[in-house]
Amino acid sequence: MTVFIVRRLLQSLAVLLVMSVIVFAGVFAIGNPVDILVPPDATQADRAASIEALGLDKPLLTQYGRFLANAAQGDLGTSFIYNQPSIDLILSRMPATMELAICAMVLAIFLGIPLGMAAGMKPDSMFDRSVMTGSILGFSLPNFWQGMMLIMIFAVFLGWLPSGGRGETGVILGIETSLATWDGIRHLILPALNLALFKLALVVRLARSGTREAMLQDYVKFARAKGLKRRRIVGVHVLKNIMLPIITVVGMEFGSLIAFAVVTETIFSWPGMGKLIIDSINVLDRPVIVAYLMVIVVMFIVINLLVDLLYSVVDPRVRLQDAR
Amino acid sequence: MNMRQQVIEGFRQSPFALAACAVTAIIILSAIFAPWLAPQNPYDLAALEIMDNRAAPGHVGVDGMRYLLGTDGQGRDVLSAMLYGLRTSLGVGVLAGLIAIAVGTALGLLAAYFGGWVDALVMRIVDLMLGFPTILVALILLAILGQGTDKVIIALVLVQWSYFARTVRGTALAERQKEYVEAARSLGLSHRRVVFRHLLPNCLPPVIVVGTIQIANAISIEATLSFLGLGVPITEPSLGLLIANGYQYLLSGLYWISVYPGLLLLVTIFSINIVGDRLREILNPRLQR
Repeated sequence: MTVFIVRRLLQSLAVLLVMSVIVFAGVFAIGNPVDILVPPDATQADRAASIEALGLDKPLLTQYGRFLANAAQGDLGTSFIYNQPSIDLILSRMPATMELAICAMVLAIFLGIPLGMAAGMKPDSMFDRSVMTGSILGFSLPNFWQGMMLIMIFAVFLGWLPSGGRGETGVILGIETSLATWDGIRHLILPALNLALFKLALVVRLARSGTREAMLQDYVKFARAKGLKRRRIVGVHVLKNIMLPIITVVGMEFGSLIAFAVVTETIFSWPGMGKLIIDSINVLDRPVIVAYLMVIVVMFIVINLLVDLLYSVVDPRVRLQDAR
Repeated sequence: MNMRQQVIEGFRQSPFALAACAVTAIIILSAIFAPWLAPQNPYDLAALEIMDNRAAPGHVGVDGMRYLLGTDGQGRDVLSAMLYGLRTSLGVGVLAGLIAIAVGTALGLLAAYFGGWVDALVMRIVDLMLGFPTILVALILLAILGQGTDKVIIALVLVQWSYFARTVRGTALAERQKEYVEAARSLGLSHRRVVFRHLLPNCLPPVIVVGTIQIANAISIEATLSFLGLGVPITEPSLGLLIANGYQYLLSGLYWISVYPGLLLLVTIFSINIVGDRLREILNPRLQR
């Protein structure tokens, strides 16, 4: 177990290093940030001063070496635009994104599992067919388009919910969150729903096919013969057995939720990491782009590790080892 | 029954899939013939009538032209802009899809046929690519490459080739064990001939299925990127960019500028997906999405 974790962490470090080279070299090639940061009417001396201040006059390799040395100390550079450490900038935006992603995941699970199980218990019924068609539609709708429709229906035409922004935040257990105030919750509903729909379609499919398979198993027949109540059979025995694939996929998909939050945050002007990265790409704020990528890679590595560990807890038959 | 007959027969049995096929065909034809179908050339600034800006659907303009789906902020006919946008969206999606199929299939075949370190190298890269969400990788590639239609196509190819490589490798590994490959090799045929003339044709059915669905995906990703302002340039707007441009008007209730392009995008992706789903059922019922 410990060996497994250590080896995985070492592998992850290698991936991180490779990513940092690709990203740094790639981002360097985009263009000259000086043109964007220094006003066009600046004098030649001003330009030279800014280039030196930003360290852009050094050779690429020196810049990368300095970047790597600093990164090891947790310093990923200073944002050209905000003039504060880029890692702080990312981390300060992270809670908003995490809040959105977690709420979306919770929505997807708590709506998706019951819907999928209900559909799987009565295969080919009217209910099953509508749930399945709905999920195909959920896969086909581009994320940004769903978000726009939500805004159009609930914010513009019905006027029930706000169309964007995070609203008022409060503090629960020392964490600043929108869930603390009614205004914050109202702002959260549409973006969370938007982010959840895609995963909802996925969870529904998984729960449905899992339930269909499980209902034919001997242990379900046995539980029935024993005279157990239907609710107990489905709620305990079937649910337990369909959880494994759902946990895996949900865990893996959490990373993609954070990636898709880029789109949702842009549509709903949600002040998270995603909106920050889009803004930074548009103004070529390199340190922020690099820091964002590093943070994302670390998150993916941690998520994958956690999923593997969780997997072994849920199903003791699974041995922890390198799959490849 | 050969493959073509099988496909035709399979579609004949499902009216829904047949309808989706027809819709896809209409969409492709409208994209190709957009310049002849569109009432107006949306890029020709001289043809635009600024007096007619933000006109509602059905509005008759000052020069007697009827705008079926209304106009945008510059007085551009939304229907014409949509037809030209469809051209860009489909063009980018299909071109990127075809290049990705070629690259992915070639690498997948090589990995399966030669095995060893070639296989290990290709599959390790595939694993790395598939470990990250496509939208994120595409976003980053565009941040690195800069913007432009060609850059979008490059990003889409880089994101999508791995799906084909994985699919083809899986099929080719199974096919390689069969007698016909052994027979071809023992005849002394060159590697190239065995791979491309004998192995490749037998690996194609799953590629067609994955290809259809990935082209729909490519169109969707391109639309998303353009919506975020990182995709195609404003001079040749795709459906995604049209939607983004109309988005600012949506909040003030001028829904048609972005809703109609959005519906067209939706119908395009949806019908291609239905066709792909049906193809999968016909060609390979076990293939996982």
